[in-house]
Amino acid sequence: MASALQSAALLSNATASRRCRFAYYPASHSGSKCCGILVVRSDGRVSRSFNASLRNGNLVTNAIATKADTVTSSTASKPGHELLLFEALREGLEEEMDRDPRVCVMGEDVGHYGGSYKVTKGLATKYGDLRVLDTPIAENSFTGMGIGSAMTGLRPVVEGMNMGFLLLAYNQISNNCGMLHYTSGGQFTIPIVIRGPGGVGRQLGAEHSQRLESYFQSIPGLQMVACSTPYNAKGLMKAAIRSENPVVLFEHVLLYNLKERIPDEEYVLSLEEAEMVRPGEHVTILTYSRMRYHVMQAAKTLVNKGYDPEVIDIRSLKPFDLYTIGKSVKKTHRVLIVEECMRTGGIGSSLRSAIIDNFWDYLDAPIMCLSSQDVPTPYAGTLEEWTVVQPAQIVTAVEQLCQ
Amino acid sequence: MSAFSAVRILFPPVVAARSAGEKPSAPFLPSLAVPGLTRSPLRAPRLGRPLLAVSSDVLSGQKPLGSNSSPSSHAAVSREEALVLYEDMVLGRVFEDMCAQMYYRGKMFGFVHLYNGQEAVSTGFIKLLEATDSVVSTYRDHVHAVSKGVPARAVMAELFGKTTGCCRGQGGSMHMFSSTHNLLGGFAFIGEGIPVATGAAFSSKYRHEVLKQSNPKGLDVTVAFFGDGTCNNGQFFECLNMAQLWKLPIIFVVENNLWAIGMSHLRATSDPEIWKKGPAFGMPGVHVDGMDVLKVREVAMEAIGRARRGEGPTLVECETYRFRGHSLADPDELRKAGKLEILFI
Repeated sequence: MASALQSAALLSNATASRRCRFAYYPASHSGSKCCGILVVRSDGRVSRSFNASLRNGNLVTNAIATKADTVTSSTASKPGHELLLFEALREGLEEEMDRDPRVCVMGEDVGHYGGSYKVTKGLATKYGDLRVLDTPIAENSFTGMGIGSAMTGLRPVVEGMNMGFLLLAYNQISNNCGMLHYTSGGQFTIPIVIRGPGGVGRQLGAEHSQRLESYFQSIPGLQMVACSTPYNAKGLMKAAIRSENPVVLFEHVLLYNLKERIPDEEYVLSLEEAEMVRPGEHVTILTYSRMRYHVMQAAKTLVNKGYDPEVIDIRSLKPFDLYTIGKSVKKTHRVLIVEECMRTGGIGSSLRSAIIDNFWDYLDAPIMCLSSQDVPTPYAGTLEEWTVVQPAQIVTAVEQLCQ
Repeated sequence: MSAFSAVRILFPPVVAARSAGEKPSAPFLPSLAVPGLTRSPLRAPRLGRPLLAVSSDVLSGQKPLGSNSSPSSHAAVSREEALVLYEDMVLGRVFEDMCAQMYYRGKMFGFVHLYNGQEAVSTGFIKLLEATDSVVSTYRDHVHAVSKGVPARAVMAELFGKTTGCCRGQGGSMHMFSSTHNLLGGFAFIGEGIPVATGAAFSSKYRHEVLKQSNPKGLDVTVAFFGDGTCNNGQFFECLNMAQLWKLPIIFVVENNLWAIGMSHLRATSDPEIWKKGPAFGMPGVHVDGMDVLKVREVAMEAIGRARRGEGPTLVECETYRFRGHSLADPDELRKAGKLEILFI
């Protein structure tokens, strides 16, 4: 499929930027009229190349299938290799551990057990028990230990077995991780990565289904990213480890088994950039993590109904990539935010404020924000579904926005 | 004779004079018969290994109890070393007194916690450390900073919020940091620094074992200072466990001044003898008279030596006393006239 699309792209869009090498044509537009080509550069940067001709409201006959296995944003100059998201995280981690002996992992069951989601499988055998440290169940203290070792020259990756467990480490994360660079007058940097799976799973119960991005976002000094595909998982993991700032990397329990083909060559993504998943004209849909897939599923329906949504995976939860978001808002003038965070005080509410502050004049409609309900996640499957945003709700919201 | 070698547990005297011949120190609790708190011998270890807990404020088994205990029985210090210790302690005292003066004149603001009375602990430990060793403190950190080598001028400037301060005025009284002197803070919440200290000790072990950077003197040591109130905090226990588990080169120094703001140690703690908590995790727990810099130094030498050789952590409880309130804003009414202390004599 990839090659067919690729040749179609080459034939159809003669005015496409020949100066840019687009290796993988995203399955986003068919037909002769292309609004813009998603250009993925060899260093992994994603940029838009605008075509002069705009859409005339023609129905797009091909759906935008951004299922897990067809990727919209990965370089495939060579065939690459296929793997699952947790393996991509491991690959990124392993490459960084090979590259820099100061990189170490700390967490519960990361060593001999290989990680409760197998992200660190095999690493303890390769690097030893000190570099892949099995800690006792003391989140506050081992996160603090990670911070102390980051201050004194190491580059630890602290794993929370579930993001919710990091609530116990909130003390250290807020007081020390975020603050020490500042209170020490810049004398110490804290190049720590704190990562773990969060989000609503399959009937995991309220405590294991928490979304901590909203709790952490206020902590000054902390940087937050959320991965959603194997490609960006590996790239963000590597970028987070190389960053001198404390970075919290949010993974999602339900996305660990996504499969994708990623490049063989080394790549590192930018921590502060958003990802253009599907370019469009009518409405900007901002999302991250698992909701990206609900949005893309809704996009299929929307396309069939004649809408052309632009989907952006914001990836960087703190700080927001207002450049990419702003460009999109200036184009579509309508914004829908779809998130799994809680309605109150979530990422969506901050993002909404940021867009209003910066792009008010470009908006033709109030910003809509679809978030999870402000309730503890129920155990029963049907109830759990109701607390989380579903594709049907996204479709309704877009229809409402575009009236 | 080293303070640790006596594995047998010594019974403290029932009489009041436990350090006869020394300056009258503040009345200390554990060495005296306390109603309801008997200094019973630790039972034979159920684990089958000896409990490494020694009370070193009592004479190390050399002379009969109650006899004259003169400073000369402690580890000898040369005149030069003694002068260094003396100067450090006097500097600490004078510095803190100046802070009080500035505060009450309205030139210094915020929370300022002074170390008056506890100088022996800081000097006794920190003057034995190398430049590559790390110190982690609490909000009562001015004197730890000065002892570690941070220029007093930089510390004072920090207290005035000046850019010439050691943290550019961004940290303040409770956040003294110095990367050149390996002073890792300065933490406002109690217990906050203990995991950070554990991390620094972990780095030290990591550098030795993974990065193969060896130091002929041994592992770089980290000393974590904290108070009696902290010893009821989860982070304390979690770090004792981890430090002993991985034999980290760290020394946990408890500055037990019997008061956590207005909360007496006895009212807050089920078992007030903090040094006993070390053996519970498998590390030596030592109790020392924190008002005597030579005794503290003796214990410190042993503990630092252990850590350098990779033998693991030590918990040292220094009985000490703060002559001022918890902070300069503390009305300090509960300790009036030492009534509560006298009760236990």
